[in-house]
Amino acid sequence: MVSSTPANSLWDWFDKRLGLDAVSHLAREKEVPVHRHTIWYYFGGMTLFLFAIQAVTGILLLLYYRPSAENAFESVQFIMAEVRFGWLIRSVHSWSANVLIGVLFIHLFSVFFLRAYRRPRELTWISGVLLFFIALAFGFSGYLLPWNTMAFFATKVGTEVAGVVPVIGHFLLRFFRGGDEVTGATLTRFFGFHVAILPAATMALLGLHLLLVQRHGMSVPLRDEGRRLKTMKFMPNFFLRDLMGWLIALGVLAALSALFPWELGEKADPFAPAPAGIRPEWYFMFMFQTLKLMPARIGPIEGEVLAVSAFGLAGALLVVVPFLDRAANRNQPNSFLKFAGCIAVIYILVMTLLGYRG
Amino acid sequence: MKDLLKLVLAWAIFSLAAETTVFARQASTATDTCVGCHKDLTESRLSLPALATASDVHTGRGLSCASCHGGDASETDKKRAMNPAKGFVGKPRAAGVAEFCGKCHSDATFIKSFNPSLRVDQELEYRTSVHSKRIAEGDTRAATCISCHGHHDIRAVKDTNSRVHPLRVVETCGRCHVDAEYMKGYQIPTDQLPKYMSSVHAENLYKKLDLSAPTCNDCHGNHGAAPPGAASVSNVCGTCHVRQSELFQKSPHKPVFDGLGIGECLACHNNHDTRHPTDAILGNHKTAVCATCHSEGAGFSAAGNMRLAIGRLAEGIGSADEILERGTRLGMEVSRIKFDLNQARNHLIDARVVVHGFSPDLLDTAIKPGIEITRKARQQGIEALDEAGFRRKGLALALIVIGLAILATYLKVRDIEKAGR
Repeated sequence: MVSSTPANSLWDWFDKRLGLDAVSHLAREKEVPVHRHTIWYYFGGMTLFLFAIQAVTGILLLLYYRPSAENAFESVQFIMAEVRFGWLIRSVHSWSANVLIGVLFIHLFSVFFLRAYRRPRELTWISGVLLFFIALAFGFSGYLLPWNTMAFFATKVGTEVAGVVPVIGHFLLRFFRGGDEVTGATLTRFFGFHVAILPAATMALLGLHLLLVQRHGMSVPLRDEGRRLKTMKFMPNFFLRDLMGWLIALGVLAALSALFPWELGEKADPFAPAPAGIRPEWYFMFMFQTLKLMPARIGPIEGEVLAVSAFGLAGALLVVVPFLDRAANRNQPNSFLKFAGCIAVIYILVMTLLGYRG
Repeated sequence: MKDLLKLVLAWAIFSLAAETTVFARQASTATDTCVGCHKDLTESRLSLPALATASDVHTGRGLSCASCHGGDASETDKKRAMNPAKGFVGKPRAAGVAEFCGKCHSDATFIKSFNPSLRVDQELEYRTSVHSKRIAEGDTRAATCISCHGHHDIRAVKDTNSRVHPLRVVETCGRCHVDAEYMKGYQIPTDQLPKYMSSVHAENLYKKLDLSAPTCNDCHGNHGAAPPGAASVSNVCGTCHVRQSELFQKSPHKPVFDGLGIGECLACHNNHDTRHPTDAILGNHKTAVCATCHSEGAGFSAAGNMRLAIGRLAEGIGSADEILERGTRLGMEVSRIKFDLNQARNHLIDARVVVHGFSPDLLDTAIKPGIEITRKARQQGIEALDEAGFRRKGLALALIVIGLAILATYLKVRDIEKAGR
């Protein structure tokens, strides 16, 4: 018989209304397969943890940030110099955003190479890829918010790229910029995307993604399918290991923020000439470098249009990967897809390095 | 019938007159026999002017040889073309060149038809110049209009190929003034050009391509070229250095310098080789220019005090800068403090100008706000460094706590897994 402590009474009260026992039961019963690729499971939890950090630090930044061309830079400057621990919150937010996207890349490619998207997890994959695109959109919109020189001109270049999308390019450019040029209207618009539209879309997709992960459990590699694998309990074994990873991430973020606080740069001046060395955030560098290396024309098509169309097509193919890899459902290898994935990883790495080498 | 005949006759006379007028205008512009004949002459002294006119600003404005030299450009016979009775003037004498050019350039009505903003007082100004006075005394080697502007390939001043474009004035004046042989007998130095080229003015003009930087004509006058008198030097320098000039005019140095015939600004800054002034020329130490006159007394102390005051502000800014740079390297956000410190720099620039009033009290007033800003910036910089230290200590503490939490979690996992749960 359970003793009637205040904590138990409170649990009972909520349990009767929310069905907490069912959740608790699910957590206690959930098991995680143990095999030589178990380590990749931790990147999902790490992404979730970093997203939580983004949400918390983002909300705190909102207390002082002012989204207008006149005030944005000064408000971030105020956060960095005057607000108690403001520098820490902003630096953690910026560093964590970058680490989050890095971890997302790893999570995405690990799922891709383990072919964990196969039946019945197609929707888990699609929601995950869409979340990845949303994270990139978070990065792109957030980069402009401090309204500094580098962000201003990088956004100018980035939105110009959107402008070369066939047919809808001009509409996209005006939609992103809120006009023909990058102005205060663009900043306000990006702020809206960053704090309202993208978070709402994230919550919906993340909810679905987590629900599907719970529903289908952890996927095991193809070669282990059907075998009796060793398992560990999700609660507390796997969760505590997850927690260790999160604590390590927290330490890394604290060290990066304290030793290398995120730079603010100089206030954007729309009338100043573009400075040398404009470049986007690292996760867009491979696309930026591709555009730089593209010849003006390839046959009858403009080089830029071709590159943007190719990236668009690659993105679309990424979403529908589960339906392209029919062999996965038959437990058969797919060397073409494996090769394509390896080429994609090498291409991203090489182009990013080339971009930074100038 | 009579009326009809009158009408036809009137029409015929009108048509003939119109045709004749058009033909005459075309002849005056299209067939310039001066160029036609001169360009083919074998004697270069006669052919070169005709060839050079192609790039001349006057030719570009529709003027011909006859517009300056007179005569009849439509005549193919050289005697009739260069008939003095038709106003022909060949090569004008040196003493007549100013008047020759002034025929048009002193005529406001005529010049206005080409360029309403062009001055028409060049000839008047020239008459006040040392060059003109020499010419009037019969010295044909002194400069006239064509010595500087050229003869037949004259270009607009703003044309970079013009001999009188700001970037070429030194070379134009130097053609005579650097030539020791040519200048023999005038008893003036011929080292102005190398001296000028080492000056801060030349540095701005040639290295920074700042066309507002002064060259020969900006101080000496162009058409009225003459050395400025000792007592008017500060007025000359004051055309650009307005505040320095105003302060100097009110300073105790003005009456003393004028009384002694010392060339005001030049006494400390030199004339052609005006160097970039540094704080080192102020003060009562051996190398300071003040020490060339002041070896003791109130002026000696004042010079020393002013130097100390300027030094205090300059060093204060340097020290604050160094602290803020350290803060920046440590990742501290100090851009606002740096921005504020720029105000102190402005006060330092102002103080260096106020020095020209030669009053320690005046200088102190100019320096005080700068000192206060510097003190505040330095203090804020030190606080930023303290904050950087605090952050590092905080990080160390946080990492210890996080490390312990990781260790505790690891031990807990091990404990659970050992228990086989």
